[in-house]
Amino acid sequence: MSIADWTEVDLGVPGRVRSVVAAPDSVLSTPSPLVDPASPEIVQLAADLVATMRVSPGCVGLAACQVGVAAHLFAVDVSQHPKTRTNHGTFVLCNAEVVEASRKEKGREGCMSVPDLTGDVKRATRLTVRGLLPGSGEELTVETDAFEARALQHEIDHCAGFLFLDRVAGAHAVFPRQTYL
Amino acid sequence: MEPVSLIAVTVIGHDRPGIIADATAGLAGLGLNLEDSTMTLLRGHFAMMLICSGDRSPEQVREALAPLAADGRLQVSAAAVPDEDGAGSRSLRPYVLTVHGGDRPGIVSAVTGVLAAAGGNITDLTTRLTGDLYVAVAEVDLPAEADADAVAASLRDAGAELGVGVTLRPQETDVL
Repeated sequence: MSIADWTEVDLGVPGRVRSVVAAPDSVLSTPSPLVDPASPEIVQLAADLVATMRVSPGCVGLAACQVGVAAHLFAVDVSQHPKTRTNHGTFVLCNAEVVEASRKEKGREGCMSVPDLTGDVKRATRLTVRGLLPGSGEELTVETDAFEARALQHEIDHCAGFLFLDRVAGAHAVFPRQTYL
Repeated sequence: MEPVSLIAVTVIGHDRPGIIADATAGLAGLGLNLEDSTMTLLRGHFAMMLICSGDRSPEQVREALAPLAADGRLQVSAAAVPDEDGAGSRSLRPYVLTVHGGDRPGIVSAVTGVLAAAGGNITDLTTRLTGDLYVAVAEVDLPAEADADAVAASLRDAGAELGVGVTLRPQETDVL
């Protein structure tokens, strides 16, 4: 299937809103282990990530470690963001990895787990990512650009135990957050 | 004619509008030229450092800036400094270091101690404290012959002992 056709209804379980953990919680700076996408716990976690993302203002992505679970999956939905070009709607990927990345550009990032800071991070604006759908375990390749590419790299970094703070461009690239959504 | 001297000026204390305007007016009145400057707020305190040049003594600068410190809420210093222009002939590579974790005393000293032992020189540093989260980001020059992967591993080990995450990565330089 195409990732754009996927919705959280495909998971077959209702999502529950979980509480989001903030740095310096150690789960955020520890690599998350790969998961079995077909396991009921992961399917439920995928639904929970989508539900938690939906109720969080301005949230365009959420990794499992951000709800305190060390597991290699994340939800993304950049469809409502003005900087989005290519857009695959809401989706969850397990064990995702970057296959190709090019054309780096600097952009300002924030994170629900670092609520009081933002930072300038260089990310690829052309990106190919491979991952597994929760439930079916089907392997999908996502080609994207611009803001969705940035969101995917930010979430894959979470799964590897990195925050945007670990990627900022220099000593003057971290800022107090000016606006809270 | 006497050689032009460099004077380092610091102004630190209670923030208000007009400090920079007042300080630089005093320096301009002495005919001094600003060579380099930086200013920020540290926990809400005004903090400025600058280097100026001209044919004046530190005493004359302190006298000219005395009105700034008159109400006791700002501290002003002025001292002659030698010309340090030029980074020398060493071959250096730029890196960015990030440290983040739970706030506790000794994080910066432990991490920068590892850098110093590797011959690394910090050229810029900012730190942020928000709630329990302490963040330090430093720009670091490492000697070209340094093993950056080994330095990064030593930094991670030092961070692990303190329960903080440490990342060292090459600084990406913009090239048109």
